[in-house]
Amino acid sequence: MGDVNNAIRDSVLFTTADSIISWSRRSALWPETFGIACCAIEMISAGCARYDLDRFGVVFRPSPRQSDVMIIAGTVTRKFAPVVRRLYDQMPEPRWVIAMGTCAISGGVYNTYAVVQGSETFVPVDVHVPGCPPRPEALMHGFLLLQEKIKRSRALAGTPLERVIAS
Amino acid sequence: MSTQPSLNRAPIMERFGETIEDLGIAHGIDAFAVPPERIVEFCRFLKEHPALQFNFLSDICGVDHYPEMPRFEAVYHLYSLPNRWRVRIKCRLGDPPEVASVTGVWRTANWHEREAWDMYGIRFEGHPDLRRIYMWEGFEGFPQRKDFPLRGYKDKLNPFGAEGPPPTQPDLATRDIP
Repeated sequence: MGDVNNAIRDSVLFTTADSIISWSRRSALWPETFGIACCAIEMISAGCARYDLDRFGVVFRPSPRQSDVMIIAGTVTRKFAPVVRRLYDQMPEPRWVIAMGTCAISGGVYNTYAVVQGSETFVPVDVHVPGCPPRPEALMHGFLLLQEKIKRSRALAGTPLERVIAS
Repeated sequence: MSTQPSLNRAPIMERFGETIEDLGIAHGIDAFAVPPERIVEFCRFLKEHPALQFNFLSDICGVDHYPEMPRFEAVYHLYSLPNRWRVRIKCRLGDPPEVASVTGVWRTANWHEREAWDMYGIRFEGHPDLRRIYMWEGFEGFPQRKDFPLRGYKDKLNPFGAEGPPPTQPDLATRDIP
């Protein structure tokens, strides 16, 4: 009897479906590989050996179809905003957006006719990372905040039990 | 600049002495004011005269002198590679500003004139493809004009812009954004 108990204790884990789903989502946040301006340099730095975003499961992907996160790293001009929106629309759900740097958050010092006054005006932003540009640590903090947000969200909340079983 | 040989003005003044105004030397460059109806003739003369050979067009820019009249100005900067001379041509334009295109003289004028059209709304008659070059298709207004607000006009992507006239056509930059 003791053997059976130990076998179950060593190999069976009780949790909720929500916890498993959100754990897997937040542990492999794959951002799109694109940068718009100088913030992209800090983003690249965060991804390289010294800061190594791979530790958090953050691996840059070359296609929006394979991505979960869009990092808007830089000044979004009016001419480029439709392209960023298209990249967002090409990502499969669930998807998240990090606005990196003052320009992406509010237009920054460029309060002009040619610059979008905040990415929030054309895509839903989850995490704002302030700075001009933000240091790689700040971007890492943004990813940790995003992971915290995903951890607290309920993937199956409100879904009828029959649909959960069917899927 | 000071080491450059000085411009040979004699053939220019001999041919155009009555129609152009000699503005002297400003910032080390010889300048002339030319009426808009003579601009192509004047440019072609500078390029093709064997003693001058202004074979390189450095730049064409626009100027908005609002509220002065005449309001606009087109400024041409030329360079003579064989003689190492520079020349500045100024051309005052009314409102709406119109001037003949010099694309027939220097092909590089194409993009310079598109830029002046995009930013100041100077219409270059005879230009083969006068489209905007910096701003997107469907953008309304000429942003370097002095009566254009630097913040731009208020819309979906620019909630802090100035109040302005409602757009008359869909803006391609925002058309696909729900």
